[in-house]
Amino acid sequence: MADTELTGAEIVVRCLQAEGVEHVFGYPGGAVLNIYDEIYKQDKFQHILVRHEQAAVHAADAYSRATGKVGVALVTSGPGATNAVTGIATAYMDSIPLVVITGQVPTPAIGMDAFQEVDTVGITRPCVKHNFLVKDVRDLACTLKKAFHIAATGRPGPVVVDIPKDVTQHACAFRYPESIQMRSYNPTAKGHAGQIKRAVQLLLEAKRPVIYTGGGVVLGDAAGQLTELARLLGFPVTNTLMGLGGYPSPDPLFLGMLGMHGTYEANMAMQHCDVLLAVGARFDDRVIGNPRHFAKEARKIIHIDVDPSSISKRVKVDVPIVGEVARVLDEITRQSQAAGTPDAAALKAWWAQIELWRAQDCLKYDRQASVIKPQFVVEKLYEVTGGEAYVTSDVGQHQMWAAQYYKFVRPRRWINSGGLGTMGVGMPYAMGVQKAFPDAMVACITGEGSIQMNIQELATCQQEKLPIKVILLNNGYLGMVRQWQEFFYEERYSESYVASLPDFVKLAEAYGHVGMRIEKPEDVEPALRRAFGEYRERLVFIDFVTDPRENVYPMIPAGKGLSEMILI
Amino acid sequence: MRHIISLLMENEAGALSRVAGLFSARGYNIESLTVAPTEDATLSRMTIVTRGSDEVIEQITKQLNKLIDVVKVQDLTDGGHIERELMLVKVRATGDLREEMKRMADIFRGRIIDVTDKVYTIELTGAGSKLDAFLEALEPSTILETVRTGASGIGRGDRVLKI
Repeated sequence: MADTELTGAEIVVRCLQAEGVEHVFGYPGGAVLNIYDEIYKQDKFQHILVRHEQAAVHAADAYSRATGKVGVALVTSGPGATNAVTGIATAYMDSIPLVVITGQVPTPAIGMDAFQEVDTVGITRPCVKHNFLVKDVRDLACTLKKAFHIAATGRPGPVVVDIPKDVTQHACAFRYPESIQMRSYNPTAKGHAGQIKRAVQLLLEAKRPVIYTGGGVVLGDAAGQLTELARLLGFPVTNTLMGLGGYPSPDPLFLGMLGMHGTYEANMAMQHCDVLLAVGARFDDRVIGNPRHFAKEARKIIHIDVDPSSISKRVKVDVPIVGEVARVLDEITRQSQAAGTPDAAALKAWWAQIELWRAQDCLKYDRQASVIKPQFVVEKLYEVTGGEAYVTSDVGQHQMWAAQYYKFVRPRRWINSGGLGTMGVGMPYAMGVQKAFPDAMVACITGEGSIQMNIQELATCQQEKLPIKVILLNNGYLGMVRQWQEFFYEERYSESYVASLPDFVKLAEAYGHVGMRIEKPEDVEPALRRAFGEYRERLVFIDFVTDPRENVYPMIPAGKGLSEMILI
Repeated sequence: MRHIISLLMENEAGALSRVAGLFSARGYNIESLTVAPTEDATLSRMTIVTRGSDEVIEQITKQLNKLIDVVKVQDLTDGGHIERELMLVKVRATGDLREEMKRMADIFRGRIIDVTDKVYTIELTGAGSKLDAFLEALEPSTILETVRTGASGIGRGDRVLKI
């Protein structure tokens, strides 16, 4: 491409086009007006106007989670940037590749407490993979190239590019770099050969093995490799909340999710295994509970992760393997095939033990109840959508029920905020997914607390004609808070009852959508069928009135060990 | 255990705050931190003195390596190394103290670099423990002001931190 003089605003647009960006989620404002003017003049990518900057980042985040591409959000300076921070931190905790472009006051005004000025680079520093302040238009193209490169490679994450308004006005010769080399940033892709050999040996000698996988398998597009290895060895598999869909849930080798609200069989197997293969997971507090309790049982741990700092952070690991999980799993499979077969007799005994734990049927609930059980709604949603929907959730009890009862078969179908636990992500997440896949079934499982944290996005959905289905499990309480107060605070329900709820049916209708209120179990399935059938083209908001006393089981109380679950 | 961590990083605005922010956000201890450009003006070299268990130090080096601007990290205390710190001390130098202070500076191989009729300023270089010892050797009321650079370190022999 010949060098031509372009303004900074034109350069931003051209860079996004060169990266193949198709959708940008954003909200205009003073500092980004030049960029918006250039967006107006082009038609290579579409801009989606949200109603709050937080939603722009969440939507870009979900767009990335569902597609594997880098999500892009654009917001103005000052409050635009601060509103975006929750979205950025949410993406950071779950390692989602984003490029967030923030406007900034003109360079001469920086530090002058100018109108809508905030130190965006300073505020976002702890919750980004990296950030940049571009002070010279000649650095702009190269910086954006670096931003996309850094966001998408290694352990992915959000990158903020802060662009002062005068930089978008200044002009310079434009050439988009085809590739980028950074002496300070070269993530490891290939696992260490010696460590892989040790891992294979340990796996084949294992008597009580478990494969425990997290979001890294989903983000690293390694679900196929994981399935191949697990089936080759015949080992039990458990997924973290972020890892769901990384292994097909209906498969007999699958033990379900593990952790605070994981299944009895998954947590018991994790605690009592002798060889643990951890893949793209980080042993966090919601997964293994108390690390001292976890360490009571002796076991060998193999840990594959693209981020060296995730290894031996909370749990000491015997065989660390730094590399891209898909490549490393491939190599382990190849070498395992050549090296022999696992100990069949030991494995048989181990599975017999696991089946005893599984017989506990820890996810049972009262299916005869006269009130709607939230688990029942999720099960019906699974049936009605044939397990093929993209399911987003907010944060709380409904999130756990969605994770426990919707059996994900494929990766990138379960979209939720695992690390930061951000209430309010559900609807913007559904928007991002539906924008990426206009014809897909997209359901947002939410609670009456969470949904009100970004309810304004019903307007964006109307403007963009996004036919998402809002599955509101309305129990009248901030349910997870209520559950903890019931278990650990002697039923003092401090501020967890949500009084004065709006009429959600009228609210949905006010925004031009379809609203339904469902109060009886027998009406659940017909309502879902109408939503995905008759109203396929419309946003449908279903307010399911569910049992206010229902709790999420099993539960490991905070600070307790994996085998110290509260069962129903 | 006390560790001296050396790192090379891109000499860019905000690089220092990324390191300082990392230490405060993750609750790591910083005893001292010094930074200046190297002979290659695009690179800064930083020396951080910190304390922590082996696990914590392992995390610190991994987290530092993870910062995009950081080019190389080395724990100097993993091998032979030399540590130096510069201190300037302003002391009372009146009456008998004039002779006493001169003698103390000589014993510790310090140099008096500024003199007035009431005050000496002494320059002293060495490991942190030597600087501590000098201050302890003085009567506290005679010390008017001190300033220390924090430790700088370098590997012994052909142990080199370079890109």
